[in-house]
Amino acid sequence: METFLHQLVAGFATGGIYASVALALVMIYQATHNINFAQGELAMFATYICWSLINAGVPYWVAFFSTIAISFCLGVLIERIIIRPVERAPVLTVVTVFLGLLFILNSMAGWIFTYTIKSFPSPFPKHPPFGWTFISSHELGAVGVTLVVLTLLYCFFRFTPLGLAMRAAAQNPDSSRLVGIRVGWMLALGWGLAAAIGSTAGMMVAPIVFLDPNMMSGILLYAFAAALVGGIDSPGGAVLGGFLVGILENIVGAYLIGTELKLTVALVLIVGVLVVRPAGLFGKVIVTRV
Amino acid sequence: MNELVRKKLEPLPLVAIALLLLAACALPFFLSNYSTFQLTMVLVYAIALLGLNILTGYNGQISLGHGAFYAIGAYATAVLMDKFGWPYWATLPVAAAVCLLAGFLFGLPALRLEGPYLALATFALAIALPQILKYKHLEEWTGGVQGIVIMKPESPIATLFGQKMNSDRWLYFVTLAVTVLMFVIGWNLLRGRIGRALVAIRDQPVAAASMGIDNAMYKSLAFGVSAMFTGVAGALSAIVVAFVAPDSFTVFLSLSLMVGMVIGGLASIWGALFGALVVQFVPNVADHISKAAPGAIYGAMLILFMYVMPTGIVGAIRLAWGKLRRLRKS
Amino acid sequence: MAVLLEARNLRAGYGPTEVLHGIDFAIEEGTITTLLGANGAGKTTTLRALCGMVKTSGEVLFAGKRIDGRATEDIVRLGVAHVPDGRGTFGSLTTEENLRLGAYVRKDRAQVETDFERMYAYFPRLKERRLQQAGTLSGGEQQMLALARALMLRPRLLLMDEPSFGLAPLIVKEIFQIMKEINQREKVTVLLVEQNAAMALELADNAYLMETGSIVLRGKAADVKTDEAVRRSYLGY
Repeated sequence: METFLHQLVAGFATGGIYASVALALVMIYQATHNINFAQGELAMFATYICWSLINAGVPYWVAFFSTIAISFCLGVLIERIIIRPVERAPVLTVVTVFLGLLFILNSMAGWIFTYTIKSFPSPFPKHPPFGWTFISSHELGAVGVTLVVLTLLYCFFRFTPLGLAMRAAAQNPDSSRLVGIRVGWMLALGWGLAAAIGSTAGMMVAPIVFLDPNMMSGILLYAFAAALVGGIDSPGGAVLGGFLVGILENIVGAYLIGTELKLTVALVLIVGVLVVRPAGLFGKVIVTRV
Repeated sequence: MNELVRKKLEPLPLVAIALLLLAACALPFFLSNYSTFQLTMVLVYAIALLGLNILTGYNGQISLGHGAFYAIGAYATAVLMDKFGWPYWATLPVAAAVCLLAGFLFGLPALRLEGPYLALATFALAIALPQILKYKHLEEWTGGVQGIVIMKPESPIATLFGQKMNSDRWLYFVTLAVTVLMFVIGWNLLRGRIGRALVAIRDQPVAAASMGIDNAMYKSLAFGVSAMFTGVAGALSAIVVAFVAPDSFTVFLSLSLMVGMVIGGLASIWGALFGALVVQFVPNVADHISKAAPGAIYGAMLILFMYVMPTGIVGAIRLAWGKLRRLRKS
Repeated sequence: MAVLLEARNLRAGYGPTEVLHGIDFAIEEGTITTLLGANGAGKTTTLRALCGMVKTSGEVLFAGKRIDGRATEDIVRLGVAHVPDGRGTFGSLTTEENLRLGAYVRKDRAQVETDFERMYAYFPRLKERRLQQAGTLSGGEQQMLALARALMLRPRLLLMDEPSFGLAPLIVKEIFQIMKEINQREKVTVLLVEQNAAMALELADNAYLMETGSIVLRGKAADVKTDEAVRRSYLGY
């Protein structure tokens, strides 16, 4: 029973990571109606930046928040410079650009930082919290960070004029212009926020899986699945989806099939959920009047 | 995809096509064996991309997992040849049938999914298949991680047009024949009722349904036919490469196919040919330019292509052609 | 009365096709002007050209300043509100959120809150459906919402594109009534594009008639309304 609890909690902890990246995906999706396949690589690159800062002697939390700020700027820049020329292009054209970005970031990271695996520090104590045995302090801390990020984001979108403007710009750019919203900058903002969120995920997961250029690819896939399971237009759903997927992955891996086919089975189950509920568990089915 | 220029399928004058075929037949005799092999692969990818285009370009269903059907076709051929001793040409119809069925079966639950959801489902397929192929308990059939090695067919004739024939050249011509056949089938399919139905479903599904088109059946069929084309391509690739292994059919293959289709041009038969050239040669070019970070060059090239030709090579040609016509008129 | 909006040799089009072939008009502040014409005459394109939503050549002046070539978002900030054809509601946001977006560029917080109440007074049905997803509102309610959203800007100029489209005559009457009130009470200048010529001429002070991208007739609405020849040949009734 203890091992089951441990698996459950470990799944919950990795679920927090998936939830963060899923959040970033949903954000960009809400702003652009496109899945940002380069999200994982952005997070990975940001984590390398943090690693460089820490290696240069910067204290952890200073490096942490600096990385978030740098990631935000990077996201904005990428949107304005690389994505902007294809803003009005067909969906698959934009997807191709995202994929191009993915390859560039992955390859550059390998080139600049080499492919040797590096260790990344955790800000949380090494001993388990409160003497609990089924969760490490870092896992608990990672979950905490995810929840803080989620709450901040939710409040931002729900209660601030800028958040409302971003939602509007995502839905209906033409009408948004007619009320004076600068749609281009809303997109850039969306990218900046997504990059910032992704960077927190990267920095939380790197201590567990170690830092290397391909660190995020599996995570991106789970996050993608989590975002869809939760409903691609629901940030809350993305987070819940993240935790669900994390737990599912661990349970499947531990009890059903072993680590080889773990990814396959998890994905098959997720697709199964989608077939039953095509808009995801919490996705809003937009009522369209014909 | 509503932004795409919807054009009637314009058959180039027959003369141009005949000339092209003539050139295609002559080429292998001027090229090295390796270059012939590369050209053969271009033809193979062209068939695969035509398949993908039927589904995504014409019918609007995104697939990030067509590498899976390519793999299924390849393995069908490999198993039949290796375990049952079938001749290579007999495996093609079987691979086609298997993939038609597989595609149709996948298309059924996919009916419920759209856009990013369908993208994920197909992506999951692309990831799952190599893992299944590597699975211990299926090793007896699939050869596990090592895969299956096939005997490369020898040329049954010694000379053609007075030129020496070898295995590579022979396989090139076989592939060329199959390519022509598949393209003719595809063209016929797409220019008639079925093609119009597919495009109608892509652009205005509600209107299409209310006009009596059975959306569900057409969409599943589109999946099946699309998988069939790509499966045939995979089967040919197995014969030409003489080897199949799970790591030949990774996610990267599926993504390459999709990218190739977009760069070639969606909803276009000629786009499949251009796209095939991209799939075969752009990674090589990237490798040449930078050994240290080929991925970055590849990614940069993808982005540049999309900046310059957002509707693909065929789209760019159409735009240029249109401009020329207007200039001539005025 | 001062001229608020003026167009000089305005041309516009989509891609290689020119749709507006050099039109001129002047709209005085405080008036209701209607732009009539059949389908494809270029009425919607005119409104889009005024708002910078299509490529234009020629001049557009708002309160004496050139606005042609400027971005839509900037033109809005000058006090031009545009209710597009099809309403342009934010379907998955609530009614209230739609209204709040209308006031996005305004800096006067307190007044915005009172404006909410004013809008609900004009359109009580919107108040009932404050928290409802805007996409689920009926056609008439969405038109009211679109109009209210435009008014939340406290615009000097209101551009309306076929508000009667797809609506039952009674609802259209209601909406036109409210437009008249707004014009009189709030002194909002209105440029109304309409296919329903009869109702538009009842409401408007001045009228322009467009045909395939050019203005073929201009004058006081009252004159156009009573001119038999014009009505028969151009307006079909």
